[in-house]
Amino acid sequence: MTGFRQAKWDEPLIYELSKIDPSLPEDVVKEASRYLPEKYIRKTLSIPDLSEPEVVRHFIRLSQMNFSVDLGMYPLGSCTMKYNPKICDYLASEPSLMNIHPLQPEETLQGLLEILYELKKYLSMITGMDFFTLQPAAGAHGEYVGVLIIKKYHEVHGESHRDEILIPDSAHGTNPASAKMAGFKVIEIPSDPDGLVDMDALEAALSDKTAGMMLTNPNTLGLFEKNIVEIAKKVHEVGGLMYYDGANLNAIAGLARPGDMGFDIVHLNLHKSFGTPHGGGGPGSGPVGVKSYLKEFLPIPYIDHEDGMYFLNWDLKNSIGKVHGYYGNISVLLRAYCYILLNGGEGIRKASEQAVLNSNYLLWRIKDLRGVSLPYSKGVFRKHEFVISLEPLKEDTGVTAKDVAKRLLDYGLHPPTIYFPLIVKEAFMIEPTESVSKSDLDRYADALKAIIEEAYSDPDTVRSSPHNTKIGRVDEAYGSRPKTMAPTYRWLLEKEE
Amino acid sequence: MNFIPNTKDEVMEMMSLLGIDSIEELFKDIPREVLFKEALDIPRLNEFELTRYLGEKLSKNQFFPPEKVFLGGGVWPVYIPAVVKYILMRTEFLTSYTPYQAEISQGLMQALYEYQSLLAELLDMDVVNSSMYDWSSAAAEALLLSVRATKGDIVLIPQDMPYYRKMVLKTYLWGAGVEYMEYPLDEEGNIDISFLNKVDGGRRIAGLYAEYPNIYGYIMENLDEAGEYVHNRNGLFIVGVDPLSLPILKPPSAYGADIVVGEGQPLGNPLFFGGPLLGIFGVRRDMKLIREMPGRIIGLTKTVDGERAFAMILQTREQHIRRERATSNICSNEALTAVASAVYISLLGKNGLVKLSTKLLKYSHMLYEMLASHGFEQPYNLPYFREFSLTLDKPIETKSLLRHMINKGFLFGAVLARYHTVSLNEHHSQQALEGLISSIEEVIG
Repeated sequence: MTGFRQAKWDEPLIYELSKIDPSLPEDVVKEASRYLPEKYIRKTLSIPDLSEPEVVRHFIRLSQMNFSVDLGMYPLGSCTMKYNPKICDYLASEPSLMNIHPLQPEETLQGLLEILYELKKYLSMITGMDFFTLQPAAGAHGEYVGVLIIKKYHEVHGESHRDEILIPDSAHGTNPASAKMAGFKVIEIPSDPDGLVDMDALEAALSDKTAGMMLTNPNTLGLFEKNIVEIAKKVHEVGGLMYYDGANLNAIAGLARPGDMGFDIVHLNLHKSFGTPHGGGGPGSGPVGVKSYLKEFLPIPYIDHEDGMYFLNWDLKNSIGKVHGYYGNISVLLRAYCYILLNGGEGIRKASEQAVLNSNYLLWRIKDLRGVSLPYSKGVFRKHEFVISLEPLKEDTGVTAKDVAKRLLDYGLHPPTIYFPLIVKEAFMIEPTESVSKSDLDRYADALKAIIEEAYSDPDTVRSSPHNTKIGRVDEAYGSRPKTMAPTYRWLLEKEE
Repeated sequence: MNFIPNTKDEVMEMMSLLGIDSIEELFKDIPREVLFKEALDIPRLNEFELTRYLGEKLSKNQFFPPEKVFLGGGVWPVYIPAVVKYILMRTEFLTSYTPYQAEISQGLMQALYEYQSLLAELLDMDVVNSSMYDWSSAAAEALLLSVRATKGDIVLIPQDMPYYRKMVLKTYLWGAGVEYMEYPLDEEGNIDISFLNKVDGGRRIAGLYAEYPNIYGYIMENLDEAGEYVHNRNGLFIVGVDPLSLPILKPPSAYGADIVVGEGQPLGNPLFFGGPLLGIFGVRRDMKLIREMPGRIIGLTKTVDGERAFAMILQTREQHIRRERATSNICSNEALTAVASAVYISLLGKNGLVKLSTKLLKYSHMLYEMLASHGFEQPYNLPYFREFSLTLDKPIETKSLLRHMINKGFLFGAVLARYHTVSLNEHHSQQALEGLISSIEEVIG
């Protein structure tokens, strides 16, 4: 049925490509001993010695056994796997940029600092915030900065007793984890029958212990929190701050701004909304924007501008300090800067519009399939992503969301995020982005339809999938059990002995 | 350029199937008062214009070639072999997401597994995660781990460490509400054990953090005693490293390290003004520590048919499953820089690494000898690897020396705490060192 076949090389581990001689080269060690007492010199090192062609072939073969957004649709919900413009990669690989040491004096880096300063200006414009830090290296790192700002703000105002952060039950897992790392208690706010923040539950949770609320808008169901202004008002009334998780900004960029909704603090994921490649899990970048009254709490140094000079301002009165050794993931920031200018203000808005159109079209194509249900707010358009449930399919056939996801791999299509948000059973959370066409969406919907039909006619084929990938279904538990795990090669060797 | 594949006709068709006349209808649930009615005032440039625009801006930077840069302190100029750049441009690695679907992401996971395995050898630790943001945040998370694992109530950190890294530790510790104490160096430049011995016996010490080599470039001679001290107090010994020292230096396990952190940037990643970097995080074989580790770990496992496979393991530690009970909030990490380091280490191999490491050792000693003959002095008489420090006043006041040297095109080290630290990198040839010295001669006259 499907023509897709992933490459399958029987590629050994780099350690298995040659015989390892762990002894150190004698002549070199002898030279080292002229400078170092013998007792500090290492005796063995088990690292293979290979030729350049062996190393290149090895890693190229590995690359062929990996899916990526340049190979096809990658609709992981809340991950915004959009196309990454190639010119951004090239411009951010300038040798003169790659060699800048972070301790190089700022007066010799006026061009780079000007770019970063301009980037902050654009991010402020897009989000409706006043000041940005570029220091956080990822979205969760940005969240962490955000909640630390909340903590410091209350400390400075003599309100350290505010130790509760409100977080909806549909929130990304990083939200509660970040709040916890900043020493907060997490108060979970349930969703109402429409999939939005339950206003009564919110009201009941608010108190003089409320430090703030973390919210994604649109939320992870792809629904816009239409009560946002009231939510922000209520949280502010009890003295809390509003935190915007920017993972879903691609739904509204150029159309609505968190700063206008009542949010005080915003983090963005440049590797999502602003088209920088995700590198198999990172590096990302998670800038944080605040309203002007929170500027003094931002991490230091703050990239500033005065009297025609750009400089690193270490003098913010109530700064939370530093969360990264230096100033952030500069090459990612540069790519995002390039992305923003390649699109321009109009292109950024258009991208969001198309992302939302694509998402609603795909939902329209699949929502009435047998075995599929659409939880929450049925007649309401979703934003850039949506969540369906495969619970009916599971009840009918025993085929789970995971099985369907694995079968999608056989079509050369990347599955969506599954089993998230936690409030939807057998969840399929799909975010197509603006980078795919109607025909891509039709192919995706057709594949899903075929798999669901197969689940009813031949469930075993779906349950035993994938069949066309490098390997079949992985047993993840085996690798996690202390008795059978092997997290490194040296552990594997001991295990095999 | 057009980044949106839908044609006008396709857009019209989709709209008509959805029963809408305009795109705005998709956004009608957004309250009018929060709709953004203006246009974003951001220009649109084509590829050619952008290249020129960026080039004009960057021309305002002053470029210091790496052979004239003597800065370090946690990140160092490094020559990146063409193979590393070439592999990193493989779009299958560059444009993939976190390998949530194991079966179609085996290539990346094998590369990350190899990174973990190669680093495990270099560090002599048994488990290494697939990356943290940088050395600073890795060290901070190691301290937090020590508190969770030991139920201790205070951690010990060096008074002498780069100010920026210390600030990160302080932020993380403040966030989690963990108390810390700063321990000094003794007169010889070693860890002041007598200070440690005076720490109130009633305090439960969770962890002690030390750097090897330390901020001033030195190998402290009593690391083993510090390790013994913290173990006697039921705490963990956490050691921060420059991984390029380890091909020749004894691994920190020799001094009793339980956790090793460090900066992976010198293993084949560019400086980029300090990011992206590569936070190294490794622990010895102890399930209690392993279960408390932050970050993703790739493990060897099998398919249901028994074939070798790779997967993200021990995921129940992580935020997407455990939420507020996770060991850390980290999600996106620095996977691609870890792949770069795996390629770099594989390409150099054991022999290449040991040679490089020894070259740095040799050249730092060559440079110091040259400086000594001009009246420069080191604050301590301890072994050093690729960095060493100079006192701040002899033969010339450091601040003024550094300023003059910039005018001559050199970044001659930096003051990161109490002394002037000078770092060597592999671009430094004998000729480069002689060039430096003759410029210094001109300055000190």
